[in-house]
Amino acid sequence: MRVRRISGVLGGVAALAFALSACGTADVGGGGDGGGDEGGNGGETITIGVKYDQPGLGLLEGSAPVGFDVDVATYIAGELGYSPEQIEWAEAASANRESFLQQGTVDMVIATYSITDERSEVVDFAGPYYVAQQDILVASDNEDIQGPDDLAGKVLCSASGSRSAHNIVDDMGIDAELREAGNYSECLELLGNGTVDAVTTDNTILAGFAAQNPDDYRMVNNPFGEEKYGVGLPPGSTERCEEVNAAIAKMWEESAATEALEAAFGATDFAYEESVPELEDCQ
Amino acid sequence: MEAFLSNIDRVVDGFSWTVRLTLLSALFSFVLGVLLTAMRVSPVPLLRGLSTAYVEGIRNTPLTLVLLFCGLGLNSALGLSMADSVAWDVFWWAVIGLSAYTACFVSESLRAGINTIPLGQVEAARSLGLTFTQNLRLIVIPQALRTVVGPLGSVLIALTKNTTVASVAGLGVQEASREMKLMFDQGIAPVLPTFVGFAIGFLILVLPMGYFFGWLAKRVAVVR
Amino acid sequence: MSTQTSVLFDAPGPKARARNVLYTAIALVVFVVGLATLYLGFNQTLRDREASLFDPATWAVNPSGQWAASKWEPFLRPATWTDYVIPGLQNTLTAALTASVLALVFGLVFGIGRLSERWWVRAASGAVVEFFRGIPLLMLIFFTMALPIVAYQLFDIPPGTFQVTALAAVVTGLTLYNGSVLAEVFRAGILAVPKGQSEAAQAIGMTRTQRMWVILIPQAVTAMMPAIVAQLVVLLKDSALGYIIAFPELLRSFTLLATRESNVIPAAIICAVIYIIINLALSRVAIWLERRNARRGKPSAKPTDALDAPLRLGTATGAAGASVAVEPTVQEPLPDTLSEDERTGPGDDSDDGAPRDGRD
Repeated sequence: MRVRRISGVLGGVAALAFALSACGTADVGGGGDGGGDEGGNGGETITIGVKYDQPGLGLLEGSAPVGFDVDVATYIAGELGYSPEQIEWAEAASANRESFLQQGTVDMVIATYSITDERSEVVDFAGPYYVAQQDILVASDNEDIQGPDDLAGKVLCSASGSRSAHNIVDDMGIDAELREAGNYSECLELLGNGTVDAVTTDNTILAGFAAQNPDDYRMVNNPFGEEKYGVGLPPGSTERCEEVNAAIAKMWEESAATEALEAAFGATDFAYEESVPELEDCQ
Repeated sequence: MEAFLSNIDRVVDGFSWTVRLTLLSALFSFVLGVLLTAMRVSPVPLLRGLSTAYVEGIRNTPLTLVLLFCGLGLNSALGLSMADSVAWDVFWWAVIGLSAYTACFVSESLRAGINTIPLGQVEAARSLGLTFTQNLRLIVIPQALRTVVGPLGSVLIALTKNTTVASVAGLGVQEASREMKLMFDQGIAPVLPTFVGFAIGFLILVLPMGYFFGWLAKRVAVVR
Repeated sequence: MSTQTSVLFDAPGPKARARNVLYTAIALVVFVVGLATLYLGFNQTLRDREASLFDPATWAVNPSGQWAASKWEPFLRPATWTDYVIPGLQNTLTAALTASVLALVFGLVFGIGRLSERWWVRAASGAVVEFFRGIPLLMLIFFTMALPIVAYQLFDIPPGTFQVTALAAVVTGLTLYNGSVLAEVFRAGILAVPKGQSEAAQAIGMTRTQRMWVILIPQAVTAMMPAIVAQLVVLLKDSALGYIIAFPELLRSFTLLATRESNVIPAAIICAVIYIIINLALSRVAIWLERRNARRGKPSAKPTDALDAPLRLGTATGAAGASVAVEPTVQEPLPDTLSEDERTGPGDDSDDGAPRDGRD
């Protein structure tokens, strides 16, 4: 009878759909290797949220992310007693960092996560482990632009949802035209083709992209503002915060931090900060 | 709601881009759609093949990718510029992308309309000695257009809603949905009234279109 | 395809043949020039050209252009496919399949709701359907993502009590949007079932619910199957919007890949090819269903059946706009009218060469 057949088909499709969604979202990059499922043995592993789409800081290389943030995370996890094999990586996009921490999806977020008053109200921060500044990236043969003031009348690219370009146009009152792209790799594409004159955001992010094609791009190295990158922790983890701060202090002391910076940005003309960032108190 | 209403100029500005995108893309996609249909039924095999390949290819590609190709490919990599200011340059490329995409649906509708024309009409036209172009121009397209007024209205409404994709995908036109997202992110006004306000804006654009085309479809329907 | 068109023109005489050759030549030139422009443009040798257009150097693959082997080589590595493309595809299919099922349920509920005997059910269902059909999908996705903020602003629920995952936002958006389109499809299908069916069922004492589920819906679903599949193609295509909110679907995977390999354009091209293959395959399913219905003598619902009210309002993104309302989008051979002429052979300017040879 037709009714039964239709409902049978529908039921089958429904079962398939729910079976699929029960598996949840597949890991692009295969990072998890399904390890989370077997990880019933509590404190054995630590889950750390990092960026997957920012070269030099956190970029998915095949099955695991690499970059400065990832090195910092590995070091801190080591100080907390987790070997690299015990770390599970998760992609922390700008939109989901707070909720990841609040829900306990991750134990820690190290993902170009600036410490702000707004965010401190909902999550705890340790660090900062690095103080980035805003800078400008231009094509290597461009000598006109030496700082934000030279951007008047130029076309500036910003990733959608980013404040960086508005800092220049609205707050500093510089008359540049904005072209909005979906993300920074699209910006770099536009810059490479000469459609825009400059890209602006945190100097670490720019340097990461510049390091991919060091001959094509030039960092202006005229930084302004400051972005304190902190280690995001679930609310109410003061003890863990102290431990992380100790780990960060040790990391700079042993110059593991500078080594990581050199590894990530050595190929570019980015003059990264080598002085130890001033740690903030845990609340 | 007051916070939303105090930003009404941004809303109006967003919708002004939406309307401009819709009107221009509707115009160009209609012209291109008729052309594609004519090619698709033409006596020249190569034209038929090109039209089929174009329609099947673009129709099955997400609009996001079509616009990405316009923004990053044609505009940026090929360095083709349509206007001096960035805002108008990306606007025109969005119009091109939306037209290229929508034309496929116009063409498919028209082709469906052609198929509803009784065989006798076309045979009669041929026996009168009309050439292919005359046949198309005088007999086929006018009747086909009248039968597909309703579906073309649907295509136009889909286009209106699709203009929101132009705010992403490498172009970043500051149309209505982009303004809405900005107002969400900047916390200018509470989210729910903002959403409802923009939703009403779209309904104001879309509902009359639907009723107008429904009325028109009945009015010009070919009685057989 | 050629057969269907043949009815529009006579067998070409010598003059017409000459003209056709001319048109072919013009089309060929335009096509080749277009392709060459694209090739050179992406090769970066069109704009800042040092050599003349006829210099082989202009045509050689430019190592800094988009055709450089280094930009395409990542797609030859198996790891690219296992680490990026396949998980992305899996997520796209998960989102699309979940949303399809939910949209079908949503469509059934509200499609039947619009035909209810009680006026307030009709009014409420109508309002829901008309509302979600008029709102762009992107706005629905943004709004779903912002729900925790709404909860905070309206009910003082502290932020972080619940989160909306990217998957949930995409699925919700796709469900509401395509579900309301499907509601109209179901309604049109049910209305298109001949009245006698319902009357006969009433005569043998079936209740309203029985009539709906045993008589009307099965026939409506069968008749509307091609339209439903066409709408599901739209749904699959629209899931690509998930990349905007970093849902790791196919397009987002390619974005990540492009960030790593700095090959945005090649990645976009390969991504488009994958989408086209999947959607063409799905469209074939719709055509097959259409033909099967035609063979069984159950014509799929035609626009004329559906036009009296239901499908006026715009349907979904493009495709639906055309295919739900126009229907024959999916019937390639266009059976009933023009293609009848197919069998009348001699005047046929078909591509297969044989008749043409015969004529010459």
